[in-house]
Amino acid sequence: MSGLNLNHVTKQFGTFTAVNDVSLSVPDGTFVCLLGPSGCGKTTLMRMIAGLDLPTGGSIELGGADITAVPTHKRDLGMVFQSLALFPHLTVGENIAYSLRIRGIAKDAQKARVEELLAMIHLPGFADRSVNKLSGGQRQRVAIARALAISPKLFLLDEPLSALDAKLREAMQVELRQLQQRLGITTIVVTHDQREAMTMADTVVVMNKGEIRQAAPPVDIYRRPADSFVADFIGQTNLIPVEADSTGRALVLGRIVEGLALPAGALKGMLSVRPEDVQVTAPGNGTISGTVTFVRDLGGAIETFIEAAGQQVIAVSSPRNRPEVSVGQQVGIRLDPATSVVLAK
Amino acid sequence: MRREPPQRPADYGPLLFPAGMLTLFFVVPFATMIAVSFFQREQGGFYTPAFVFDNYARFLSLFFGRVLAFSLFLAVAVAVACVVIGVPFTYLLSRSKRNIQIVWLVALLSILSLSEVMIGFAWSTLFSRTAGLTNLFVWLGLMEQAQALTPSFGAVMTAMTYQALPYTVLVLYPALVRLDPTLTEAARTLGASPIRAFFTVVVPALRNTILATLIMVFIFALGCYLLPQLLGRPQHWTLSVLITDQAIYQSNMPFAAAMAVFLVLVSLALVGLALYTGRQKEAK
Repeated sequence: MSGLNLNHVTKQFGTFTAVNDVSLSVPDGTFVCLLGPSGCGKTTLMRMIAGLDLPTGGSIELGGADITAVPTHKRDLGMVFQSLALFPHLTVGENIAYSLRIRGIAKDAQKARVEELLAMIHLPGFADRSVNKLSGGQRQRVAIARALAISPKLFLLDEPLSALDAKLREAMQVELRQLQQRLGITTIVVTHDQREAMTMADTVVVMNKGEIRQAAPPVDIYRRPADSFVADFIGQTNLIPVEADSTGRALVLGRIVEGLALPAGALKGMLSVRPEDVQVTAPGNGTISGTVTFVRDLGGAIETFIEAAGQQVIAVSSPRNRPEVSVGQQVGIRLDPATSVVLAK
Repeated sequence: MRREPPQRPADYGPLLFPAGMLTLFFVVPFATMIAVSFFQREQGGFYTPAFVFDNYARFLSLFFGRVLAFSLFLAVAVAVACVVIGVPFTYLLSRSKRNIQIVWLVALLSILSLSEVMIGFAWSTLFSRTAGLTNLFVWLGLMEQAQALTPSFGAVMTAMTYQALPYTVLVLYPALVRLDPTLTEAARTLGASPIRAFFTVVVPALRNTILATLIMVFIFALGCYLLPQLLGRPQHWTLSVLITDQAIYQSNMPFAAAMAVFLVLVSLALVGLALYTGRQKEAK
């Protein structure tokens, strides 16, 4: 089987388990984001893929070959580090050509490849500049070009955009995704920024405490989170306790929500509803009743904070259908079963 | 902390103390030495103030030329040996665990507490025929018969390198600790073996530190006058040995001073040359 395959990969540091029994299959040419809070094991997992750390259990396959014990410099990969790790004593061109020089490629072939890569990252004519005199975004591009110089099978990026300011980061996300699609290279990015993951990835892998919680396309992660951790970590969500009544119907904040069902046999669960899926209406009429506690008008979106049965529910609406409510007002909340996800408690 | 340049003469006040100390303990003795180097030596006596070039003229001979050349060669050899041993050692040290680092650094610092005399006699014992290292080699079956390794050039080199190595490590250590460890990792992901990564990334990235260390050990080794006498043959004696000999045993202060001034000038010229070539390479 081609692509990258992780089979039951485990990494222990003493008694601490950084990565616990992770299995993941990354087909050729896909873009995967490892997403999770700091300390979730995502960077350790990437370092094991790169060979910078060795797994204490499991195996890693790349292109059908077991590379678990292959040293880093013999793996066919390019990596961009969080610190970028540009060599301060080399020029832009020498940095990019480093992997070619190590492989003993002829000088003029090196030069041609550097020119080609500099054109690709929109920095033509930068070959003789010092890396210390570049801006943050330019350094970023040089690090990417350096990692791609040998056209590796696998492209790894560890928090690559974290040093950039917000605007540049957004632009680089789009650029990186477009570059990856143009080259068709298997790419894995470690990030803690869910926006970044949603922008770039074919598959988002959400990790927590060394384990994979969900691996799915971005929209699925957002619309159908596998558990409350994923629901809470990706975007904003309302997590509301849900119970089954005697006939098996779902009881939410004291009201039966028609069309919603708990998993067979479960008595309790957690309902995840995105704020944009919460409809605020007039009270009564079979809706959950609540009191408006706060209205935050952000211009582009209006957030309404509602307290219902001791639980805070946030509704987001666009200015076009602004709910005409004020603090203290009694309102009704309607939940659409189609956009509500019941999660195991 | 103030950033603007001093405005009034009083602003230079804080500089008075260091300037005074520097004048009293460096400028005055050095100026005295320069002055003495032009004085007239009294045969059988001491010296009288004068302005003669006799003392300088005297060592424009093949003998002193040879001694000077050997002194410079020995100092360069010790500096290179220290850096060749010190850089990989300090690199590995900076990558090891904290408590291991502390043990090594304390051990190296304790070498600094040993005087040159102690180091000299310790090595002369270790290199002797009766009680030296060769007895260990014989016992291990590596050698047929114990032999004396001193006096020899190797013995002088070993002891001087031993003495200068702690300084080397202490100068290199902060720079290596500050070196971003991801630089070598990046080199490895780009296809360089760990050893290749060391020589293509760590060493060039530390070029200025290594140059500074070479210069420091070079100057340190130039001033070494006891170890060559204790462990070397007369042809291994350095200019510093001759200076000591002239100043203390021959009572020829003017000649000793002239040699010292000349040694300072030559070493300053060499350091300048090293810095200049370093600067040239950087500009390129």
